[in-house]
Amino acid sequence: MMRYLIPLFAFMVLAAFLLVGLTLNPRQVPSPLIDKPAPKFRLNQLHEPDRIMSSDDNLGKVWMLNVWASWCVACRDEHPLLVQLAKSGIVPIYGLNYKDERSTALQWLKRYGDPYAISIVDTDGKVGIDYGVYGVPETYVIDKNGIIRHKQIGPVTVESLERTIIPLIKELQQQA
Amino acid sequence: MIYQFKGVMKVYNILFLLLLLIPLVGWAKEAIPVAEDPEVEKRMLALTMDLRCLVCQNEPISDSRAEFSNDIRREIREQIKADKSDEEIVQFLVDRYGDFILYNPPMKSTTLLLWFGPIALFVIALGALIVHLRRRRVQVKEIALSPEQLARAEALLNEEKKGKKV
Repeated sequence: MMRYLIPLFAFMVLAAFLLVGLTLNPRQVPSPLIDKPAPKFRLNQLHEPDRIMSSDDNLGKVWMLNVWASWCVACRDEHPLLVQLAKSGIVPIYGLNYKDERSTALQWLKRYGDPYAISIVDTDGKVGIDYGVYGVPETYVIDKNGIIRHKQIGPVTVESLERTIIPLIKELQQQA
Repeated sequence: MIYQFKGVMKVYNILFLLLLLIPLVGWAKEAIPVAEDPEVEKRMLALTMDLRCLVCQNEPISDSRAEFSNDIRREIREQIKADKSDEEIVQFLVDRYGDFILYNPPMKSTTLLLWFGPIALFVIALGALIVHLRRRRVQVKEIALSPEQLARAEALLNEEKKGKKV
């Protein structure tokens, strides 16, 4: 009896591991930046190219940094949600226009709506590297002290907003 | 008339075959120098061979043509020119992308299973093999035969031999 049960048991353990493996997403690489200060930047704004926005401007408030580009197809999926979130006034969203061209970026915003308080321009992707961006869209939640509290890799979904992002933002806003 | 027609066909055939050769010419261009400084390029390549492209995860950054890898290569070139050491550059990337970017993961409490798991599995398998072999040796213990039994066995074998010959 045992000689049949042992292989069966071993197989079941292996199958359990493989089953768990199926539900994991290898694209979701945990960011080492969580709970670390958001990398500083000083970048030109998209709408007013001669004005600069600094990451320090947002100290004291909870904000979202959404990395987007007009060439990014998945950004189109999440965009209506961002527009809706911006309208709700829960949290200001800042856009990091990643490796894009100004004219197409502006056109894209005109066409799909502009949820961003300010969009800043990262033409050569340098700030993107600082934030560990490897696939657009990515979205960061940054708290009042300028600490990254959450990173969403890939498009924001209704589920991720309702389950994680919005509750987290509300909690962070309560903090001093 | 027919002969003439055939001649025309031949000319067209030859022209057609010549057309097929065009792709082989391959409009060669002069190679663009990869970088001004071959030393920088060499160090960059050595570094990126052990770094994972996060977009195409089974390819090192040195081999990948992904936009991500282009950016990292450029960043590394700049840092080499800025006199950063290899360790500093790797740390810079790990700070941003995590240990996952390294093909050679560091030994830490979270990676112990990764490092020693295979050895542990091997030891378990070896133990199981030893136990199994020992048990089998007990099972196949030699049975001593009495002289009568031996004689009978020989007789039986001889009988069989004879039977086969018939």
